[in-house]
Amino acid sequence: MRVIKDKKISDDDWVVVRELEDSAPAPTGNAILPFSYWRANRDELLKQNTTHAVWIDGDIETEELSGDLQHFSMIALDFPAFKDGRSYSHARLLRDRYAYKGDLRAIGDVLRDQLFYMHRSGISSFLLAEDKDIEDALKGFQDFTVRYQAAADDAVPIYKLR
Amino acid sequence: MYKYDNYDQTIVDERVAQFRDQTERFLAGKLTEDEYRPLRLMNGLYVQRYAPMLRVAIPYGLVSSEQLRMLAHISRKYDKSYAHFSTRQNVQFNWPALETVPDILADLASVEMHAIQTSGNDIRNTTSDQFAGIAEDELEDPRPYCEIIRQWSTFHPEFSFLPRKFKIAVSGATNDRAAVKVHDIGLYLVKNDAGVVGFNVIVGGGLGRTPFIGPSIKPFLEKQHLLSYLEAILRVYNRFGRRDNMYRARIKILVNDLGKEEFTRQVEEEWSHIKDSVLKLDQKEIDRVKGFFTAPDYDVNAADDNSFEEAGKSNKAFSNWTKRNLFPHRVAGYKAVVVSLKAPDIPPGDATDEQMDHIAELADQYSYGEIVVTHDQNLVLPNVKQADLFSLWEKLSEKNLATANIGLLTDMICCPGLDFCALANAGSIPIAKQINEKFDDIDYLHDIGDIKIKMSGCMNACGHHHVGHIGILGVRKKDEEFYQLTLGGSAENDACLGDRLGPSVAKEEVAGVISKLLDVYVEQRQEDERFLDTYRRIGVTPFKDRVYPKKPVKEKAYASN
Repeated sequence: MRVIKDKKISDDDWVVVRELEDSAPAPTGNAILPFSYWRANRDELLKQNTTHAVWIDGDIETEELSGDLQHFSMIALDFPAFKDGRSYSHARLLRDRYAYKGDLRAIGDVLRDQLFYMHRSGISSFLLAEDKDIEDALKGFQDFTVRYQAAADDAVPIYKLR
Repeated sequence: MYKYDNYDQTIVDERVAQFRDQTERFLAGKLTEDEYRPLRLMNGLYVQRYAPMLRVAIPYGLVSSEQLRMLAHISRKYDKSYAHFSTRQNVQFNWPALETVPDILADLASVEMHAIQTSGNDIRNTTSDQFAGIAEDELEDPRPYCEIIRQWSTFHPEFSFLPRKFKIAVSGATNDRAAVKVHDIGLYLVKNDAGVVGFNVIVGGGLGRTPFIGPSIKPFLEKQHLLSYLEAILRVYNRFGRRDNMYRARIKILVNDLGKEEFTRQVEEEWSHIKDSVLKLDQKEIDRVKGFFTAPDYDVNAADDNSFEEAGKSNKAFSNWTKRNLFPHRVAGYKAVVVSLKAPDIPPGDATDEQMDHIAELADQYSYGEIVVTHDQNLVLPNVKQADLFSLWEKLSEKNLATANIGLLTDMICCPGLDFCALANAGSIPIAKQINEKFDDIDYLHDIGDIKIKMSGCMNACGHHHVGHIGILGVRKKDEEFYQLTLGGSAENDACLGDRLGPSVAKEEVAGVISKLLDVYVEQRQEDERFLDTYRRIGVTPFKDRVYPKKPVKEKAYASN
C-alpha cells in the first residue's frame, strides 16, 4: 500500500482492519486494529511481546487510550468524512498532551486539500481516500510557506519572529 | 489601521494561488462538487439562486479608501456595479462568474484583502463596534484584539472543520453596538476590581432556528490568556459539538445541552493544560498590534468652528441629518458620520461602484481615509471635523447617501432574501420597499424616533429578526409568502429575544401591520420613551389586540346560558 509518510511517498504493508469481532482471532501481519478489539483483547495482545497499531474515530476519546500509548507504534485517526474534524483535536491531544511519538496516520476520507491542516495538527502519515492521486496529493503540503499559529510543526507563532 | 507585513501578504498571495489551482481542478473535473464545495466555502464562495455569491472579509469592519476603491472596481469589472454590505461587516458580490473568482481574490490581495473563512464551518471574520477607537463610552479599543484573533484563527490547523460556522465579536464600550451576546463567542473588554482590563467571555449566543442569548462563562479573563481560552472553548466544541444534525450543531446547542456549569467546567479543564503554553500572548505582541490603531493627528482647534449648527437652523434637511446621522466623538470638534445605505429606493446595505468611489474620495478628504462598515449595514466616516459637516453632507447628498434615517424605522436590517438567497422562504427586499413606500414622511419617522426593524427571509435569521424591536420573519405557507412578526427584541446590553405577535400576516399587509403597531406606540408612549421602552412597559397585548381584533362574541353563546 502506498502512503505518504514524512511528506514522501512510501510503501508499507499496514492494513486497516475496519471491522473485527471481539471474539475473532488476532489478525496476522501488520494490522491496524479497531480500538474496541484492542480493548477487548488487551491482555492476550500484550502477550505477543510486540508493538501494535489501532485506529480510532471521533467517537473514541483520546483519554481512553492514553494509558496504552507505549504499546502502539501507530495510531490511525479516521476521517469518516473530511468534514468531520474531530480527529484534528485528537491528533493535537495525542501529540501535545500525551506526548505520543509514534506514527499518527490519517485514514478514511483523506484528501489533498486537508493534508496541510492534518500535518500541522501532528499527523505524520496519510493513507489517501480511494482513487485519489497520491503524487498530486503531495502538492498539498506546498500551499503555504507561512503559518500564523504554533502547532505540531512550528513551535512558535509567527509573531515571535516579527 | 493594521498594515500587512511580508508574512501577512505571503499568506493571502499563497491563498490566491491555492484557490486558483483548486478552481482549475474543479473545472477540469478532478475535484467533485462535494469536494470543491467546502474549499470554495472557505473562500466565501456560495452558489446561490441565480449565480455564485462571493463574500469578502472586512476585518472588524474597517476598510481604507484604497480598499473601498478596489471593491468598487471589482463590482464594475466582475459584477453588476454594486456590492452589498452585510450585518457581519463584510461585503458581498452577487453576480461574479466562478472562473473569475481567483482573479477577484488576486485583486483583493493587492490591497491587503481576502475572502478567507468568510463561510464554511470555520472561524469567521471577527466583528466589532463600528465606533471603536472614537466612542466616548469606550474602555479600550477592541480592534487590536480582533486582529490578534484574525491571525490566530486564519487557517487554524485544528479548527477549520468544525461542526458548524463560528462567529466571534469583541466590544470595548459600555454600550454594546456589536451584538456581542448573540455570537458563538462574545468578548467584552472589562475592568476588574484591581483596575486591570481583561475580557468578560460570553459563549453560546446565536440566532437562527434556536436563538439564545449567550451566558458569561468567565467574567474576567486576563488578556495574555485570550488565545489559550479561545482555543480551549473551540477544542471542547470541536470534540463534542453535534455533527449529526446541522441545525443542532452550533456551540449554543452544546452549551445549552451540557448546561452552562458543565460546559464551563470542561473548558476550564481543557484550559488548565494549555494556559501557560506557547498560546500565552506576549505583552510585546499586544503592544505591537495596538501600535497600528493610533489616533490621527486631530486638529486641537476643531471645536472652535460651530458653523454647522448655524447652517442647520436655516436648512431643515441638513438639520434632520445632523440629528440622526452623527455620533459623538471623544475628541472635541469631531463627529463620526454615518453614511446611510438605506435610501428608500435601494435594497438595504447596497452601494453602487460610483457611491463606493465617492465615499472613498470623501473619506480621504474628510476622515483620514478610513471607513467602517456597521452591523446595521451602513458605513461610517469616523473622524469628521464639525466644520466640514455641511460640505460633507452636500457631497453625500449628490449620490443619494445622506438619507437622514439612522436608527429610524427605515434604517432596517435586511437579508438578501428570496431575490438572491437559495435558502430563503420569502422576500425581504420587497418588504423593505413596501415599508419605505408606506413610511415616506420624514417628520413622522423622526417623531417615531429610535426603532430597529430587522428582517430575515427564513429562519436562519441572517437579518437578526429575533433581536429587532420589530422582527419580521419570512415564512412560506402553501407556496405563498407570509411574515411572522416579533416585538421587543434587542441585541444590545439588554439583549433579549422578541415575543411573537400572533399569526403570520400576508405579504401585502406587513407595512399596514407596522403602522398599527406604531399607532399603539404613539398613543401609549410616555415622555421620551422609545418604541422598545413602551413595549417593555405595556407588553404585547395592546399591540396584539390592535393587529388581531377579537371577533365579536356570537349571541348564541349567551343564549344558551
